[in-house]
This record gives sequence, C-alpha cells and structure tokens, in this order.
Amino acid sequence: MSSADLTSERDLPPKRETASKGDLAPEPDGPRDTGMDDASLHRWLTRAWRTPPGIIGALSSVDHKVIARRYLITAFIFLCLGGLNAVAMRVQLSGPQRGLIGPDLYNQLFTMHGVTMMFLFAVPIVQATGIYLVPLMVGTRNIAFPRLNAFGYWIYVSGGAFAWISFLLNMAPDVGWFAYVPLSGPEFSPGKRADVWAQMITYTEVSSLAVAVATIVTVFKQRAPGMSLDKIPLYVWALLVTSFVVVFAMPAVMITSTFLILDRLVGTHIFNPAEGGDALLFQHLFWFFGHPEVYIIFLPATGMVSSIIPAFARRPTFGHLGLVLSLISVGFLSFGLWVHHMFATGLPKLGASFFTASSMLIAIPNGVQIFCWLATLWDGRPVIRTPLLFVFGFFFIFVIGGLTGVMLASVPLDLQVHDTYFVVAHFHYVLIGGSVFPLLGAAYFWFPKITGRMMSERLGRWHFGLAFIGFNAAFFPMHLVGLWGMPRRVYTYSAELGWGNINLFISAGAMLFFLSFVLFTFNLIHGALKGAPAGDNPWDAGTLEWATSSPPPSYNFTRIPIVTNVEPLWAERETLPVATGLRVDVRELLISTVAEAHPDIREKSATPSIWPLLAAIAVGATFLYSIFTPWAIVWGAVPIALTLVGWFWPKGDPEDEE
Amino acid sequence: MKRLAWTGFGTACVFLQGCSGWQSALDPKGPAASELAWLIWFFTALCAVIWVLVMIALATPLLMRPLARSEPLALDSGADRRKLRVVVIAVGLTAAIVVGLTLLSFFANRTLAAIGSDAALTIRVTGHQWWWEVRYEDATPSRILTTANEIHIPAGEPVRLLLTSTDVIHSFWVPSLSGKLDLIPGHINVLDIKADKPGVYRGQCAEFCGAQHANMGTFIIAEPRAKFDAWWNDQLQPAGPPASDEAKAGEDLFLSRPCVMCHRIGGTPAGGTVAPDLTHIASRRTLAAGTLTMSRGNLAAWIADPQGVKPGSHMPVVELNGDELNAIVAYLEGLK
Amino acid sequence: MNQRPVTDLSALPTFGRGPRSPTWWGTLGFMALEGTGFALAAGAYLYLAMSWPNWRLSAPEPNHWPGTVVTLLLVASLVPNHILNRYAEHCAIVPVRIGMIVMSLFGLAPLVVRWFEFPALHIYWDTNAYGSLLWVLLGLHTTHLITDVGDTIVLTVLMFTRHGYSGRRFGDVGDNVFYWDFVVLTWIPIYLLIYWVPRLG
Repeated sequence: MSSADLTSERDLPPKRETASKGDLAPEPDGPRDTGMDDASLHRWLTRAWRTPPGIIGALSSVDHKVIARRYLITAFIFLCLGGLNAVAMRVQLSGPQRGLIGPDLYNQLFTMHGVTMMFLFAVPIVQATGIYLVPLMVGTRNIAFPRLNAFGYWIYVSGGAFAWISFLLNMAPDVGWFAYVPLSGPEFSPGKRADVWAQMITYTEVSSLAVAVATIVTVFKQRAPGMSLDKIPLYVWALLVTSFVVVFAMPAVMITSTFLILDRLVGTHIFNPAEGGDALLFQHLFWFFGHPEVYIIFLPATGMVSSIIPAFARRPTFGHLGLVLSLISVGFLSFGLWVHHMFATGLPKLGASFFTASSMLIAIPNGVQIFCWLATLWDGRPVIRTPLLFVFGFFFIFVIGGLTGVMLASVPLDLQVHDTYFVVAHFHYVLIGGSVFPLLGAAYFWFPKITGRMMSERLGRWHFGLAFIGFNAAFFPMHLVGLWGMPRRVYTYSAELGWGNINLFISAGAMLFFLSFVLFTFNLIHGALKGAPAGDNPWDAGTLEWATSSPPPSYNFTRIPIVTNVEPLWAERETLPVATGLRVDVRELLISTVAEAHPDIREKSATPSIWPLLAAIAVGATFLYSIFTPWAIVWGAVPIALTLVGWFWPKGDPEDEE
Repeated sequence: MKRLAWTGFGTACVFLQGCSGWQSALDPKGPAASELAWLIWFFTALCAVIWVLVMIALATPLLMRPLARSEPLALDSGADRRKLRVVVIAVGLTAAIVVGLTLLSFFANRTLAAIGSDAALTIRVTGHQWWWEVRYEDATPSRILTTANEIHIPAGEPVRLLLTSTDVIHSFWVPSLSGKLDLIPGHINVLDIKADKPGVYRGQCAEFCGAQHANMGTFIIAEPRAKFDAWWNDQLQPAGPPASDEAKAGEDLFLSRPCVMCHRIGGTPAGGTVAPDLTHIASRRTLAAGTLTMSRGNLAAWIADPQGVKPGSHMPVVELNGDELNAIVAYLEGLK
Repeated sequence: MNQRPVTDLSALPTFGRGPRSPTWWGTLGFMALEGTGFALAAGAYLYLAMSWPNWRLSAPEPNHWPGTVVTLLLVASLVPNHILNRYAEHCAIVPVRIGMIVMSLFGLAPLVVRWFEFPALHIYWDTNAYGSLLWVLLGLHTTHLITDVGDTIVLTVLMFTRHGYSGRRFGDVGDNVFYWDFVVLTWIPIYLLIYWVPRLG
C-alpha cells in the first residue's frame, strides 16, 4: 500500500506530534485497537510499524523479520563459500601427493573453512532463525532492542566481509580456526594473517552477543499473556538456553583473541612461556568457549526438531518438561567439559578422568531428548513430508556422532583418535547431522511462513536423498582413515600410507553432498518465485507463528494473542483469544512478567534508525585499523562515541519519549 | 538407509586391504596400542548395538498404521504412561552404560600408565618446524647421542620419551605403538612406549604446526637389544674421512657454504644445531622427516630445491653448480 | 484466524522501572557477559600465578596508593548514586539533574587518579606476563570506567534538554545507576588481585 492510498482514507493517522513537555502525569494517548475493524487496524499498524521506503529506509530497518531475512541470506552465502573451501580441499586430497594446492593456500583454506562454518554460518544462522521466529512464537511485535539487533547484523556482515576480502588478498588466517599459540603468536606468524583471525573473531562475536541479549529479553519480557514458563514452546526454550550459553561462552573467545592480538601487536607476553606466560592458557580459554560453541549450534537445532516432529506426528511433544530440563542441563554441562579437547596435552591423569566423566554425563540429557522425540513419533505412522525426512536424517547421523563423541570422551581412546580424521568425521556427524539436517528440515518447514509459498516436495525428497547419501559417503569413511593413522590438517600424504583409494571415495561423496546444496538452492529460488501459495498454517501446526499471515505483516499480529496451551492453535481451533487496548499510532508492544507472563506495561518499541549502521561502520573501521596500529582504538573511540550518541539521542518520536 | 550403511562398510572392507598397517591404530604392535585397539573395538561394538536399537525404534512407527487421531490434543493417556516407562528405562540404561564406560576408560588409563614404569632408556624428543630432534640420554656424557627423525629402540623393552618443543606445539604419534602426546614449549611430557617385536613403525606429527605439518614424519625402529646397542655405538662415532676425491671436495664445499650454520657433522667443524644432525645421515631411511626416501637422487633433489620438495621449510636454497651438487651428495652419501 | 477479545490492556502504564523494564534485563545481560570477561581475565592471572612458583617474576611490588584512592572514591560514589536513584524513582527533575552532575564528577575523579595508577604498577605491559596481565586487568576496568562516565555525561546533558522530563528518561537514569554499581563492584576483586593477593604468598 502506498502512502497515496492512505491519504484517501478517512481514518488517516494524524501526523505525529512532538512530545508535549512537562506533563508526566496524564499519559499521552492515541487511538487504540479496541473495537477497531480489521481493515483500519491493518492500515494503522502498517503505518506505525513498516520499514520506511528507499535505500536509507531499508538500511534503517529494525523489523526483526527484515533483519533475520538478511541474516539468513548472508549466512547461506557464507555456507556456500565455506563449502567451496571444502570442495577445493577434497580435490587436493583425492589422491596422494597431488600438487594442485600447496601448503600455503591449503592452510588458509581449512582455516577459512572452519572460521566460516563456525563463526559466519552456524552460529549466525541459528541465531537468525531465532530472530525471525522467537518474536512470532512468543506473540510479540518486534524483538527486544531492535536497533541493537540491526547493529548486530551490520557487525556480522562486515566481519564476514573482512575475513573473505583478506582471503582474496591472500592474507587470510592460516593457523586453523583454533589458532593455537605459539603458532599464531608474533614469532611464528609474522604478517597480518593471524591478526585478521584475532580481530575478526572479537568483532563478529559482538554481533552474536547482541543477538543473545536481545533474544533473552524478548523471551523474558515480551511473551504473550498467558505464556507462563510451562507454555513456552520448546524452540523458544532452546533459543533461550542457547542465548545464555552465548552470554557466558563468547566472552571467553573474545578474551582469547584479545590476548592474542595484544601479544602480537603491543608485545605483551601472556602466552609466551619464555616470559612467564603459558601456551596452554590459550587452549583453556579457547575451549572454555569452544565446547559450549558446539551446543550453541546444536541446541537451536533440537528446538527445530521439537517443532517439526509434533506437526507431523500430530500431537504435542512427549515429555515436554523432560525436554526443557534436558536443554537446561545440557547448557550447564557444556561448560564443564572443555578439557576433553586437551587430553593430548599431557594434563594430570586424575583431572583428565574427571572430564571423561563429565563429558560422558552429557550423553544422558541428550539421550532423554532422543527418547522423548522417538516416543512422540510412536503413535502411528507420521505424515511424511520433507521436513520430517530431514529429521529422520538427523536421527540417523546425529546418533552416530553422539556415540563417537562418547568414544572421544574416554581419555585413553581419545589419545589414538585425537586430531585425526576420526575426529573430523565425528564432529561433522555432530554438526551436520545435529544442526545442518534439522536446519534444512526447518528451511522446508518455515519457508512457507517466511515467503508465503511452499517449496517443492518432489525436489525436496531428491534433495534429501542426495544430501543423505553424499554426506554419509563423504564422512563415514573418514572414521576409518583416521584410525588408519591419517592426521587432520595435512595438505598431502604419501602413496605408501595406503590412504589414496578411500580418500578418492570421500572426495566423490563430498562432491555429491555439495551438489545436494545446488539442488537445494534451486528449490529455494523456485519456491520463492513459483511455489504454491501456502496460506497461514500449511502444516496445521500449533505454535503462534502460524496464527498470522504468511509472510507475516510488519507488525506480526493484528492483536496480541493470549496463550492457553503449549500448542495454542491446537487448543483454540475456532477463534484465537486476543488482548486489546494497545495504541496503534505508535510502535506499542506488551511487556509481561518474567515467570507468569502477566501483562505489565505497554512499552514503545524503537523506530527505524540509520545510526546502528553508522555505529557498526565506526566499530568495523576501528577494528580493521587496529590490525595496523594499536592507536586505532584511541582514534576510533571518537567516531564510535559520536555514532552511539546519535543512536541513543531522542529524536522526538513518541517511541523515544514516552 | 541400512542398505546404505552396509555399502559403506563393504567399501571400507575393500580399502582395508590397501592398508599396510605401519601407521594404523587398528594394527597394534605394542602393549599400549593393543590395549587401545581392544578399547576401540569394544566401544565401537557397543555403540553399533545402541545405534541399531535407536534406528529400529525410529523405523517402527513407519511400519505402523497411519495416525488415526483427528485432534492433536486428544491423546491416549494410557499409551503415554507406558511410553514414559520405556523412556525412563532407556535413560536408566544410558546412565548405566555411561558409568560403565567411564570406569572402563579409567582402568584402561591405569593399565597404560603401568607400561613404562620400569623404563631403563630415556630419549628426549624435541619438536621443530618440521623435524624431530632425538637425543639419547645417558649418565655418561660421552654416550649422549643426538640424531634426527628416526628413533631406534630395543624391542620388547619399555622406553621413556621426554617430549618438548622449542618453537610451536607438535604432537608425537606412532599409532601402532601408542596414543599421541603433545610437545609443548615450556612443558615436558612423558610418553612410555614399547614395541613387542622388531620392526619399523611410522608416525607423524598430529598437531597442526604450520606450513609443513603434513611432512613431519618419524620412524620408530625396534631392534633386538644387541643390534640396538651396536647401532648406538656406531652412531656415537664421528663421521669417517671422505672415501673419494669427489666426497672430499664435497666435504670442503659443505664446510665453506652456509650448510655449517645449521647442521652438525661430528668430527668436522660443522656444529650447527638448529637443523638435523647429519653425522650419520646416510644410515637413515628417509630425508626431510619422512618426505623422501634416502637415495642419491633424492639427496640431490632435496639440496637443489628444498622449497620445491617441502614448500615453506626452513632449509634454504644454497646456490651450487652441477659439480658442486654432485660432490656434496657424494660426501653426504658416505656418512653412514 | 478469527479473534475474540478477552482482555483489555489499555489501563497498563507505559513505562516501568527496575526488573519490570526490558532495559533493566538488557543491562543485566551485558553485565553478565562483561562480568564473565572480567572473571576470565582474572582466571588467566591466577592460572599463570599458580603455574609459576616465583610469581610476580621478580617484578617490584606495585604502589597501591593510587589504586586505594580509586577504590575509596568509587565506594564513596555509591552514596550519591543511590540518592540519585531515589529521586529518579520519584521523577523529580531538579534533584535528578543535580545528581547527574555529581555522578559525572564522581566518574571523572577516579579516571584522573587512574592516570597515575598505571605508572604506580612499577612494571610495563611488555616486561613479562605478570606486567601484561596487570595492564590488561587495569585496562579492562578503565575501559568500563571511561564508557560509563561518557554515558553518564551524555545523559546529564540530555536531562537538561526538552527530552529530559519523561518517564523513559528517568528509567535511563535508573539503569545508569545500576551500571555504575556494576563498575564499582567489579573493581573491588580486581583491586585485591592486583595489589593484595600477591602479598599473601
């Protein structure tokens, strides 16, 4: 609807007044949604909540759905780039002593593959899915701190660009995604490559933390009335727990990379054993983040599984409380097992055994999850559609990954397989099986909500078959070649070791797996352009995101829904109970209490702003510059401060003042 | 799905024949590796059983009649109670297995720790980018022996390795004898190994250590005690005089060129210690830490074009004409 | 989907303070992650201190007086900080304006002393790992001090403009009070770690 249409309407919202001065007591007021008909309500809310037109408007958007779409597309592009890294590596490794790629490029390739997949694909895409779905699932109009959320996206996209432009300039990090010192330290990595790693990590994790805080507050304070703790959907629980893990884990990697850049740039000795530092300190700090990182990627995927299974098993998840408690205990336990990445460093035996116990312990809550999902499926033959196929693939693959994880938790056994292709196989089974397969299922499941169109079911089945066969062909043999003695991160191997044939087979599988993503991309584009119209709730699922139109309007819900069940749409088949009384001329949303979700405050949500983008540019330029001189932090502080003041300084909108 | 897994296994079995086993955790040649191989097979078998059970549980609903439910919230509470019982039992079994496996690996660890408790021979292994410095410790200073990349040990006897590094972190791994352990600057790690029988066991660096991490191989050569003692005595001897005029010319060249800055040759003024000791280089099996097999041609290739053979390695190119190269190769070839 | 209104929210207030407001929870979230950063930096210090038997690595003892003065100033600032909070709760604009000026000054004073605290460490960041971590810990806290003082000053100016007199702004003052408490509280363990813990052994 253009603004010209609007002016012809009788119920045109009045031009916004600047806030009246000096009167706190009588609250400023405007039209409410009470009793308003749907058409006028739509016009008012669109006027208040839409993203402004034009390029500046688009860059100023704070709509969680707009930001999330950008996140999803950007993360998908990084997935493709990281996948291309992998293809290049597999070509080089397809036979012994191939000379296609030398060590210098190969080491950049596997570092970029790891960095891209972990920091630029996996974490952002699960968070992006959350940015899109959490506000819809809890029944609110926007995410908490929408400008912070937009800022997070700009930080992320510029951090990713930073890494990939350095790769094109042949100065990408070549020290592994883990960048152990002393290899990444000033003495053994001269040049700027390791600096790129350190600053890019610190920088992109800012975005991850921003999203985590916004997600936590959205779940705590913006739930629809009635959505008490026991009625929060499992997906939202998963994102909540994940966000907490992010808040306590990501600072560790930021501290690690900051210490590294200090050692490299200003000559501190934190990791230098010759001057009282210690190389193992880096590993402790890194894995204190690194292990929870796995769960940051995996837990949201369990939330997706918990959303897809009920829709096709046609019942609420079995053991809802058990699943919630498993999520929380996995979140806690994930901080207690980082040392199992360090068994080969020669730690005291008794301490190491403690971490064996804690690492194995985490199998129990994960087992609870698996058993509850299986029990949910056990009422009869479920409706088999593409999203559920990917969930079956998840079970098949992830359970193998989980079981090899139990093997790795054993100190003595780990000493044989640590840093070999067995581990490569293990974590790809965990991460691709545990996260990418659910994500692909989620893509088919929520695509109709995001675009309003269905993806092709037939192509979806082909996609699943190709991905499933390709994945297993590529990664299953890696277990064996690892046990046969092939270490990770080698750019070549000699023919006499006898690993040639199996590596050729692995490479062929990897190509097949890559092709499955080509097919997926085609299905995405085809679905977006030509897919059948989806309607509001194509799967007849039970959570709130299906209560609104597909794609949802800028304001998400015409009226705030009231929740009476963990699957509200199944409990309220005829009409949806809603709350009225919110203003429609400004961005007003409902703040509720943390535990019971009682309505508490009608608060204003932030309006679109270009300042988050400008602030991200200022922060990004500072980080980039800091690779060359530590004074960048001093000079960069000025533009950062200015943009932040511009961001928070009230502009006279009711949203800023009231 | 299952057919697929079998195809995977089938293909894998075909590949198994191609594996000579001299660097394989599944082909143990010492007590530590045997214990670990047993542990690997036990865990694998148990995990396979668990996985198959989960897959059966997953496949079962696919064989059931289609869902009869009209309303998703209209549940059969009796059925759910029965399921709860099954889930609780399954979780209990998981917990029991987890406790069992934890105890199992704890005791396996104790067995491993006992292997080297009476080691008589101590060898200090220092990691360098990208080769291994090997020093045989002895109470008599004149019997201390330094060599590189190949570690001779007496078969059937436990040997204590002291692992450390002077540059970045490396990891010492000879899978058919034992699990791996890191070499960390500022730390000394102790790894006890024992080979049951004489033989040559290959290993390589398992912690990413930079450009040539892939070409950082090592060999453990287990020999009967008498042969080992003879080897040690031989290695303690300084290099013999060059056998031919060409070799003599090679020695002069070696000593007048930058080679001496980094390498040591016992009995000559060459005393560099930042690169492998070459006193008995021709007695070793490989060149450049397992990159090339020892031969006249490979020696020449390595000296003439180190950055082509092992890109990024710290061996610089020394400008030599054809005659000079031949002379140096002839000299080194004589250093048995 | 058809809707049936069952409840009316029009009587709800338009702003809340403390745990009722999302901003408070956001601030708490940032405190949690920054606090984790502090804890890990302190953990790194303790890790190295445990690893080396001769910790302080034969560096001279730091002069604790500038640090002690900072500590006293920060602890003293808690009093006006909470008086300011009381006035903000009652939306009293004039006392809040005065309080914000006082708090800006109470923020600047420790910053000035902090300038003298770095040389009083008696070691440089590039001397050894002990010096590095001292500078890191002090630098980390100084960064928080600077950002919060900057924030306080901007908010003080804002309170004197036409945007000052609104419920939302008084909420911002409350959050600023909350964050200042955090800056003061994180300093105490760092102060002890830098100046007093090494003297115990």
